[in-house]
Amino acid sequence: MNWMRPRYLAIAIALIPALALGACGGGGDNGGGEAQKFDPNKEVTITVWSGFTPGEREIGAFDSVIKDFEKLHPNVHVNSVAGINDDKIVAAIRAGNAPDVALSFSSDNTGAFCSSGAWIDLQPYIDRDQVDINEFPQAVRSYTEYNGTRCAMPLLADVYGLYYNNDLFKQDGLTEPPKTISQLDAYAKKLTQGSGDSLDVVGFDPTIGFYENAAAHYAPPWDAQWFDGDNAAFASDPAWADMLTWDKNLIDWYGYDSLTRWEAGAGEEFSASNAFETGKVAMIMDGEYRTAFIKDEHPELNYGTAPMPVPDDQQDRYGAGYITGSIMGIPKGSSNEAAAWELIKYMTTDTGALVKLANGLANVPTTAASAKSPDLTLGPEFEPFLDIFNSPNSETNPPKASGAAYQEIFESFASKWQAGRVDDLQAGLEAAANQADAQEQNASGGQAP
Amino acid sequence: MSTAVAGAIEAPATPTPERRRARRKAAWRRRRFVLLLMSPWLVGFTIFFGYPLIYSVYLSFTHYDLLSAPRWVGLANYRFLFGADQQVWPAVYNTLWMIVIAVPLQVLFAFSIAVMITRARLGVGFFRTVFYLPTMAPAVAATLGFVFLLNPATGPVNTILEALGIQGPLWFQSPSLSKPSLTLLGIWGVGNTMIIFLAALLDVPKHLYESAELDGAAWWQRMRWVTLPTISPVILFAVVIGVIEGLQYFTEGYVASTVAAGGAGGGAGDAANNLGYPQDSTLFYPLLLYQQGFRYFSMGYASAMAVMLLVVSLAVTVIILRRSDRFVHYAGAVR
Repeated sequence: MNWMRPRYLAIAIALIPALALGACGGGGDNGGGEAQKFDPNKEVTITVWSGFTPGEREIGAFDSVIKDFEKLHPNVHVNSVAGINDDKIVAAIRAGNAPDVALSFSSDNTGAFCSSGAWIDLQPYIDRDQVDINEFPQAVRSYTEYNGTRCAMPLLADVYGLYYNNDLFKQDGLTEPPKTISQLDAYAKKLTQGSGDSLDVVGFDPTIGFYENAAAHYAPPWDAQWFDGDNAAFASDPAWADMLTWDKNLIDWYGYDSLTRWEAGAGEEFSASNAFETGKVAMIMDGEYRTAFIKDEHPELNYGTAPMPVPDDQQDRYGAGYITGSIMGIPKGSSNEAAAWELIKYMTTDTGALVKLANGLANVPTTAASAKSPDLTLGPEFEPFLDIFNSPNSETNPPKASGAAYQEIFESFASKWQAGRVDDLQAGLEAAANQADAQEQNASGGQAP
Repeated sequence: MSTAVAGAIEAPATPTPERRRARRKAAWRRRRFVLLLMSPWLVGFTIFFGYPLIYSVYLSFTHYDLLSAPRWVGLANYRFLFGADQQVWPAVYNTLWMIVIAVPLQVLFAFSIAVMITRARLGVGFFRTVFYLPTMAPAVAATLGFVFLLNPATGPVNTILEALGIQGPLWFQSPSLSKPSLTLLGIWGVGNTMIIFLAALLDVPKHLYESAELDGAAWWQRMRWVTLPTISPVILFAVVIGVIEGLQYFTEGYVASTVAAGGAGGGAGDAANNLGYPQDSTLFYPLLLYQQGFRYFSMGYASAMAVMLLVVSLAVTVIILRRSDRFVHYAGAVR
């Protein structure tokens, strides 16, 4: 038998997919329990992992607040490690070498972290130190806990609103941002320059998937609810169908292919060639952090900001927007829980620390006190985001055991709808909702239907 | 076998117990030596192959979110795979598309290039290098390059087409052209297969061509009755490897969809939310497996998907090999 013959070699290579899931080690169960006592006289070193890009502006701001903490607690030394995403955090927890503190940019993963006990329950510490959770708005409280378990604290928020180009507005005699969807529609058409495959300026590109046009970011202005009880509400909440109908009508006005072609040349979102920053699009939905990018990359841009327009029959809800943010927690296995908590408490609740971070990162400070601080130096374009943050109608998306699966399933359907590949919108939404429910059931209970 | 034969010659008709013991000892020593020589492979095989394989099969019967301990759920993941998961069949279709369309095209292209190079009289080394060079590019870099070249608005390909008065297509941004664009990328990078074909073609005994020519065989007849049968084991190898790679198609699909989508999309705001862009046309089975395991925290289900992928890979390989007996010719092989 010649083992080097192609057939045997081929069989051996055929077995390689088995390696795809190699080294999937087991996990453990919930940590947490009693709050450990912080000893101010004991020298400890704790490690913090964050997703900031090493060497960039943002990690500098983050580390300077860590330095302030070290001055306050000279016995605690903090080792800050940047460039860590959630995949690495999850892998480290499984391997038993997680950091003492983790900062995740994905509040969608709160459900997985809290429900599995991968991040410890912070309630014993919150109770012991009498931290007032109500200092955080409802939306922020919501994305830092899962089914009553608070395993994360919020570190600054991202708030989404409308950016508009003042110069392009002036050219068309527009003076104020649109407040209703019908106004947004009319403005978008008026501001568009060129047509067909030679779109020079797009008034507003509503395509879900373009830049920050995530379904989750659209949901609060439309008052579209993701879930009705435990079930996905894509089909049962008519706001989704209304939103998708408006979305498709405006896309069709440009022509789907024409708009897709324009998007391909719109420029990298997180670069100086961003289409809004270069004047290729008159209005976009984006987060408050864009103000810092514009200041850095295109300080000459004459622009304004406002809440996203709302449906014409819901004008009393104007001001609503999507809120999300970074989450901070203690992965299970931390050897210095008490010191880790002190750092988290300082960074997420101390007004001075939050204001300094907010100024450095151009993010919305998360507590009521810090949001009102006179020390915020974020400029007039930032003001509307603070208002959206404080709006009672602003919302976030619910954390789920399957992470962002329900949003991605919705967006996958929306992409086909936008392209004109769906005949029956309602039936399609129902099928997508069923898929999201099945996915969630599979991720949370393991008893898939 | 030769040892056994030699032993049989040397051995007396009725060996004494002492001799038997000595022979057993010697055989055991030989086996131990072989085992010692094989031990690095055995250790590697057990740790990096056997254990993950068995553990994946076990995980496929559990609910496992990567963070908590796996919990036994019986066949629930398989029921989800064959019942409720609506994303599986489009992913299977996309993967099959690559196997049925892209793989034969790649094999054909690699073969044609190799044939042309064997016939070239000048610059053989140059052409061999030029056609092999793309293989040197890492898959991620090559895919990024193609997405850039085929950008519908700013890419050089469409710019040239526009200069010729032709409106270029949407390439990676179009659900009907995203897979053909990936196929182009695959065809561009067939250097490895081309080199194997080239070696096989140069290995075809000259005297067979000479006899065929004396018999008046035309070019096509020589190709059909001499070249193809002689290199058929290599064609089989290329097809089998191509099919297996098609079943595992991941990197190019991942990079193309996330880069071509451009925007952040999704709730978490990261690029991986755009897997399958546009409109799930590049959501290949392994990409869905990754999405389920690492993004939706359903590693138990992802393991079930991996087990099915393994079963299908094995089945397809065995079928191709069984059927190959009819058209594959092993020169001088004892079968």
